[in-house]
Amino acid sequence: MNGILPVAAHVALLVLLPPLLPGVIGKTKALVAGRRGPPLLQTYRDIGKLLRKGAVYGRPTTWVFRAGPLVALAATFVAGLIVPLAAGSGPLDFAGDVVAFAALLGLGRFFTMAAALDTASSFEGMGASREAAFGAFVEPGLFLALTIVCIPAGSATFARAWAALPWTVWSPTWPVVLIAAVVLGVVLLAENSRIPVDDPATHLELTMIHEVMVLDHSGPDLAFITYGAALKLLVVAALLVHLVVPVPAEGGWAGVLWFLAGTAAVAVVIGVVESTNARLRLQRVPGFLIGAAALAAVGVAVLVAQGQP
Amino acid sequence: MSLVLATLGIGVLLASALAAVAVGRREILALRLGTAGAVAGSVLGGAAAVEQLLRGGATLARAPWRLPLGTVTVGLDPLSAFFLLCIAVVGGLAAVYGAGYLRGYAGQRRLGPAAAFYNLLVAAMIGVVLARDGVLFLLAWEVMTVASFFLVTFEDDRESVRRAGLTYLIASQLGVIALFVLFALLRAHAGSFAFAGLLAAGAPGGGLADVAFLLALVGFGTKAGFWPVHVWLPDAHPAAPSHVSALMSGVMIKMGIYGLLRTLTFLGAPPLWWGATLVGIGIVSGVIGVLYALAQHDLKRLLAYHSVENIGIIALGLGVGLLGQSRGEATVAFLGYAGALLHVLNHGLFKGLLFEGAGSVLHATGERAIDRLGGLGRSMPVTALTFLAGAVAISGLPPFNGFVSEWLIFVGAFRGGAFLGGGAGVAALAVIPALALIGGLAVACFVKVYGVVFLGVARSDAAASAHEAGAAMRWPMVAGAALCLAIGVLPATFVGLAAPAALQAAALAAEPLGVLGALPAITRVALILLAAAAALALLRAALLRRAAVRVAPTWGCGYPAATPRMQYTAASFAEPVLAPFASLLHTTVVDERPAGYFPRTARHEEHVGDMAGERLLVPAVRRVLDAAGRLRVLQAGRIQLYLAYVLATLLVLLVWQVAAVAP
Amino acid sequence: MTAFADGLLLLVLVTDLYILASSRLAACVRATAVQGVLLAALPLVLWGPGGGVPLVHLLLMSAGALAVKAGVIPALLLRAAREANARREVEPYVSLHLSVLLGAALVGLSLWLARVLVPPGDVAATLLVPAAFATALLGFLMLVARKYAVTQVVGYLMLDNGVFIFGQSLAGSLPVMVELGILLDLLVAVFVMGIAIHHISREFDHIDTRALASLRD
Repeated sequence: MNGILPVAAHVALLVLLPPLLPGVIGKTKALVAGRRGPPLLQTYRDIGKLLRKGAVYGRPTTWVFRAGPLVALAATFVAGLIVPLAAGSGPLDFAGDVVAFAALLGLGRFFTMAAALDTASSFEGMGASREAAFGAFVEPGLFLALTIVCIPAGSATFARAWAALPWTVWSPTWPVVLIAAVVLGVVLLAENSRIPVDDPATHLELTMIHEVMVLDHSGPDLAFITYGAALKLLVVAALLVHLVVPVPAEGGWAGVLWFLAGTAAVAVVIGVVESTNARLRLQRVPGFLIGAAALAAVGVAVLVAQGQP
Repeated sequence: MSLVLATLGIGVLLASALAAVAVGRREILALRLGTAGAVAGSVLGGAAAVEQLLRGGATLARAPWRLPLGTVTVGLDPLSAFFLLCIAVVGGLAAVYGAGYLRGYAGQRRLGPAAAFYNLLVAAMIGVVLARDGVLFLLAWEVMTVASFFLVTFEDDRESVRRAGLTYLIASQLGVIALFVLFALLRAHAGSFAFAGLLAAGAPGGGLADVAFLLALVGFGTKAGFWPVHVWLPDAHPAAPSHVSALMSGVMIKMGIYGLLRTLTFLGAPPLWWGATLVGIGIVSGVIGVLYALAQHDLKRLLAYHSVENIGIIALGLGVGLLGQSRGEATVAFLGYAGALLHVLNHGLFKGLLFEGAGSVLHATGERAIDRLGGLGRSMPVTALTFLAGAVAISGLPPFNGFVSEWLIFVGAFRGGAFLGGGAGVAALAVIPALALIGGLAVACFVKVYGVVFLGVARSDAAASAHEAGAAMRWPMVAGAALCLAIGVLPATFVGLAAPAALQAAALAAEPLGVLGALPAITRVALILLAAAAALALLRAALLRRAAVRVAPTWGCGYPAATPRMQYTAASFAEPVLAPFASLLHTTVVDERPAGYFPRTARHEEHVGDMAGERLLVPAVRRVLDAAGRLRVLQAGRIQLYLAYVLATLLVLLVWQVAAVAP
Repeated sequence: MTAFADGLLLLVLVTDLYILASSRLAACVRATAVQGVLLAALPLVLWGPGGGVPLVHLLLMSAGALAVKAGVIPALLLRAAREANARREVEPYVSLHLSVLLGAALVGLSLWLARVLVPPGDVAATLLVPAAFATALLGFLMLVARKYAVTQVVGYLMLDNGVFIFGQSLAGSLPVMVELGILLDLLVAVFVMGIAIHHISREFDHIDTRALASLRD
């Protein structure tokens, strides 16, 4: 991506848009349930309030606890600079950036879990343990889904992969791309601790995953975490948006509109999924994620059989 | 010039080893002499390697004296020089660390021989990479094995250590048998043990190359720790003193990789199945290695299993390289080999660092069981920080070095999947999810280790009274962590060092165009990441300046009487990760549930035995022994019977020979 | 029409995997019904109007598949499961995770097989033969890896679905009566098994096929 304007637009979307997503999801869930629900901009208000508050740190914690939210947010932000949003490429794109994107998400997860273990609380340890397991099982699915879109492009690069997507139903690869989209949808739900993997609305520590890992954070740290979670949602959703919506490579206003529409659609779909599905039993989650990975593997196999590479 | 420096390095190492033994009972002096020699030898070797890599080309020298069957020919080319660099960096740092670490054993054990064998081991490894003659190579290889055997059995009054040493020696010798056969075959083909002769004779045809490849895989794979011949590794590495574990895990097992690469240069263009085989070995070693690591309760044993995992990653890189080579895809071949080679250096650095950190923990607490540690981050801040760097690096995360090498292998595999086509393409594609799964599991494992050992609060008195390691132990860890970060932030420079070796391995004349063009972008990503984290830290500091900051007990969900023993343990942390893989692990469970209204005892133990050892190798050996036992009928112990065998053999040979000549 | 047929066949593969992955008996049977619908659409999409096969032939085949594979058999199975008070969870011999991974591997194998074994006739869709192999193999896997009789029938049905897909490559030359005959055979077989399930459950209070092993001698 070149030029000051597209980069500015990318960064502006990346910084300003994320807290809207939880709002849209919440609104959707409220509508489905026949409630009015919190305002669309509630997450912005929450973050603003948290930023103004003081902080309480647990007695056993060290600097790792304080570094957790910072590193997680920074890593997600850099991942957001790599992934294309409203155009065909991101400001930090380079050949092989797909791998860096996944590794940055991993870095964020590493520090979130380490910070949780720093509190010496068994509840937070439990959350970290589950996150570690599900995080590990998500990785193959994520990479296989990305393989499906990267192989026809001949490069593990978002810009190239998005440019090579088939945008007609007559192309022989579209069913496979559909599989990639489904698997990325599962990855989106798992990475962002949504139903059916985790329930962001639960209030019982024993059943939480992401929420319990951040129980002890407060004030600006919690603001960073809340914002970081929304940012991660946007960044992973951006992958899905580009698979299902033809965001023009050159960006511009059309790109922004397509991207906003696609993101809103993804958020609504998440809201509907959360409203209509129950959370899986914890023991069933690995099966769900392994199933997604197996589906993606079938997609890759079909792609190879079609002689696409 | 470089060759002179390197041989000088060997000389210094051997001389200081002799000196360390010669000063006899003055233990501290012996240790100092040995360490000084090791550092000087490493500096010389490192200088030689860097000089050779920057200058390019190859040098060769032949000593005027002869070995039985061979000559004393040494040389340096990019492949040797790169491995020499790894030996020098890790060997030097671990030697300094060892000076601090062994001090604690003064008066209990003889330190002179320990220092001497360390230097002998480093010298032997340099000898292995310098050797340009099969006989000299095997000689250095055997010295390496023997020296490391004596280092493993340093604490030889412990039964487990003696057992581990014996397992190691037997495994090594079984591996060497394959290497003897390998070199004998190569000599039969080329008529010489000299590497130059082997190269000049060209690729052996007619299935000989395939046999040689398999022999190299077994012989060198045993040293490297490929599954399933890795069984000696998780016993031997933890048994050794920590600086020796660092050296063995960091570089000695890589000699197997060097040997494999060197042999491959003699065998000509690889067929497809070589690359596919290495990919398969890499997937199994990587996944099994990290799973077993997750299941370990012993810190050093866990790190040893991670060596199996990382050797798996290196094998994946080699596999991608071979696949690319077999299809003539220069870019794929180069990326695979470069990733594998850089991972050799990277793993040396972070595994050395991690073993040193584990040694500091052991030194400070006397405890290797992860679940009895905790909260060491407060009492050992430097060890904790450097261990964290190593943990992030080994998990393959930016901005550290592990990410760079795994990135190279990933990009190579993606390109391979796109351009190789057919079976080679499928094999390259298999690398991608495997490497992703290995990475995800490694993150889980190192969060577990770091979190349970260094974070939270102490779970035992030993952990509560821990102290930071001495300066001689701290600085090598700091240097190792700094190097890990440096490679992660400036990959272009360090990949530049690995590139000539990768070109040699891939039999390419020049770097494929534009392959490494993305490396500066990784620097950009790393710097922006660090800057973003720093900016957020400043932002938070500014926000908190105006607000109240309190320290309070951790939220216990309403339960106020939590004790340190109630923290999440490593075993429970790993359980949900391991549960879906239960069929791959060989877990024995001892479960005594509490019974009655006032239960007195309850117990739950889980031990994961090594399936390759217990289900595969031990039964195989038993079957061989059984078969051998049946042959014992022949050995009745009467001299007449033996003479009858001789007579029978003579008669058979006579008839056979005569029949061949008779018209 | 190739892209649509391939998409349809890909969905068949997805239902295959879903059946293997699902832990609920009812979900398993419903997915079988969905697969039946997909198969019923297959002849129409594959040969279409003017594809060289008489339309009546196609419609008959399609309607037959829809009625039997998507309607009667799943309904029978659900009823059998309900009446036999079968547990609502499938009981695997091979864990669900492993079955899914094995399933994915078998799909890969089928794709490779299809490259080697090229069928006679003019096949329009590239995925036809691999999907046929994969469905049949995964059906076998269901037969091998699950304990309950209901899931066994599901496996048998998948096996037949594989044959049905393979038959599509010969739709032009195969008389429609053969197809319908196979469907009828299947229906009879399911009836027999349904009656057997009913009797087994009445005798033993469960429909675990392991118990049948004790019937020998």
